[in-house]
Amino acid sequence: MEKQIWVWADYRNYFQSRVTLQILARATDLAKKTDAVVCAVVFGDRVDEYVAEYIAHGAQKVYVTDDPFLNTYNVESYAFLLSALVRRFQPETLLVGATRFGQEIAPRVAKQLNTGLTADCIDLDIDDKGRLVQIAPSFGGNLIAKIITPNARPQMATIRPGTFQELPHDDDAKGEKIPIPLPDHMPAPRVRCLKSELHPVRARKIETADIVITGGRGMGSKGKFKKLFDLAALLNAEVGATRPVVYADWISSDAMVGQAGKHIRPKLLFSFGVSGAIQHTAALADAKFIVAVNKNPNATMMKLADVALVADANQACSGIIRALKQRIRN
Amino acid sequence: MLHIIVCIKQVPMVSELPWDPRTGTLKRETAQGMMDPAARRALEAALQIKADRTSGPVRITAVSMGPPMAEEVLYEARALGADQGVLLTDPCMAGADTCMTAVILGKFIKIHCPDAGLILCGSMSSDSETAQVGPQLAEDLDIPAIGYARRLELVDGCIRVERHVDDFLELMEMDLPGLVTIDHAGESDRYTPRYVALGGVEAAFNTGNIQVMNRQALGLDHAFNALKHSPTKIMDVYSPVTEKKGRVLTGAVKKMVDTLFDDYGKIISSAMGKDLKTHDHEEDK
Ligand SMILES: Cc1cc2nc3c(=O)[nH]c(=O)nc-3n(C[C@H](O)[C@H](O)[C@H](O)COP(=O)(O)OP(=O)(O)OC[C@H]3O[C@@H](n4cnc5c(N)ncnc54)[C@H](O)[C@@H]3O)c2cc1C
Repeated sequence: MEKQIWVWADYRNYFQSRVTLQILARATDLAKKTDAVVCAVVFGDRVDEYVAEYIAHGAQKVYVTDDPFLNTYNVESYAFLLSALVRRFQPETLLVGATRFGQEIAPRVAKQLNTGLTADCIDLDIDDKGRLVQIAPSFGGNLIAKIITPNARPQMATIRPGTFQELPHDDDAKGEKIPIPLPDHMPAPRVRCLKSELHPVRARKIETADIVITGGRGMGSKGKFKKLFDLAALLNAEVGATRPVVYADWISSDAMVGQAGKHIRPKLLFSFGVSGAIQHTAALADAKFIVAVNKNPNATMMKLADVALVADANQACSGIIRALKQRIRN
Repeated sequence: MLHIIVCIKQVPMVSELPWDPRTGTLKRETAQGMMDPAARRALEAALQIKADRTSGPVRITAVSMGPPMAEEVLYEARALGADQGVLLTDPCMAGADTCMTAVILGKFIKIHCPDAGLILCGSMSSDSETAQVGPQLAEDLDIPAIGYARRLELVDGCIRVERHVDDFLELMEMDLPGLVTIDHAGESDRYTPRYVALGGVEAAFNTGNIQVMNRQALGLDHAFNALKHSPTKIMDVYSPVTEKKGRVLTGAVKKMVDTLFDDYGKIISSAMGKDLKTHDHEEDK
């Protein structure tokens, strides 16, 4: 039987979230190493448009269940269908985008199939035995773990959006569409969706700003964090933040920098009170020049900086504001 | 009476965990434990349901799987208002992945809480962030589940949940028994956890009511070994740090800032697209 790598196709946010295309690109690399076929799996109601897109982005086969019953994302029905298909076609590997819905469906499918699942991978590889190496941050991002699923199949992982680069759209790509009718023994959904409306998060400009100021938990409080906006106004910069800061509601979630947030590529980055966990720093690789402030000289962020100031984040911010005002005035 | 089970994990207090770069292992003993923030929000949701008289009488059981020290978070849960705390602990449970954790929690609920109406979990824990235990527990118990709740409400024996999933705001409904995970992101204030005075925790320690259950109590046979039965295996753990040969400044803030502008002023002003006077110390005047 041919080896297959499956990518569960999350298209609900197709024009915003390209995660399925990104995973297809990586699956194409992995497939070359293991002599496997890249397949996408699409569920929904009238989904031909998406099927064509996935073929244009690397899927050699697309399994499609197209039925009005599937017109809203329903985790129970979708998980049931996906597990049934896996049992029937036995792919080696099943990859799912770590969107919120992806993170809801993947664990259920893994449990139904009694297989392992690695969450939020930031890379995938193949080891010398041909097994999928799932590379994921662990322990709050200070360590990276390589995880395998030695015995159970399929090998399953969810992958953070933004981790891989999608392949260019290829209109001439050939792919086979394999329609799978809805089974007659679908369970009646126990969860009812009463309302579902598009409510996208507003986009900020930190992705394109020349200067970005990021603040972490070391800023101390929401009130003190505000000082960063004063500095930003002087520098004509945008303010970004680490995740704990966003969760503490010091700034809205569209300011989050990192794997789960925005990738930034400023000419100059100021970082205040940020520890430098991999999920955050993964999005900073393109920053040209980094100035970090932390009272702990051993914080990872300090080691990534071109200039590291060992200081209280607030005092340093005030000091920089003062100095800037003076130098601009002159 | 509605019996709510809240699953609570103890997590390390800091995100900069002390780890040994040579062995690549965690110095867990130097990291202090705390109640996982998302689980704390789940407990808050349970407490609010209990406080709302229209839901009828409510009983809250807090359960945690973990090492013996995880007992602390259960005392805290008791102090906050949980009626009972149960710690599932046994050397054979160590190293459980999410799948095995769900199996162990599932055993507890099936054997000891067959009357459970609502199971609440945090949507993801702050240390491993997999978001997998809640959905897998629902799967294990074969009950419906809704993830990432920002608000929940009991309506005629059903539960209604508001959630924000990807770019969609949704309103969902399910019958009980069911499982709900509470959104870990505190964008709405609804489940901002209440605080408990230290005295409250002390009092809880005195009144006790924490049950400890081992392998036998959960009907796991003697061959059970969570690490061995977990389908995923960790092959390698390493530090991702790539260091730059950057310059480290110490001392008085004013002096550091002056050095910053004196030595790197050109870089700063070119990024700003503005001319800055780079040498200008008040002291120099
Ligand atoms: C799957 C996953 C995805 C994630 N995605 C992201 C993401 O996209 N973005 C993100 O940022 N995080 C993300 N995280 C979280 C990440 O692991 C870290 O927890 C987070 O980046 C740490 O934020 P922090 O540096 O603000 O806080 P902390 O780690 O608490 O660090 C605070 C720092 O401030 C310093 N400090 C304290 N007081 C002062 C003071 N007075 N003056 C100066 N310095 C001070 C401390 O020394 C410390 O270094 C993710 C985690 C996981 C597991």
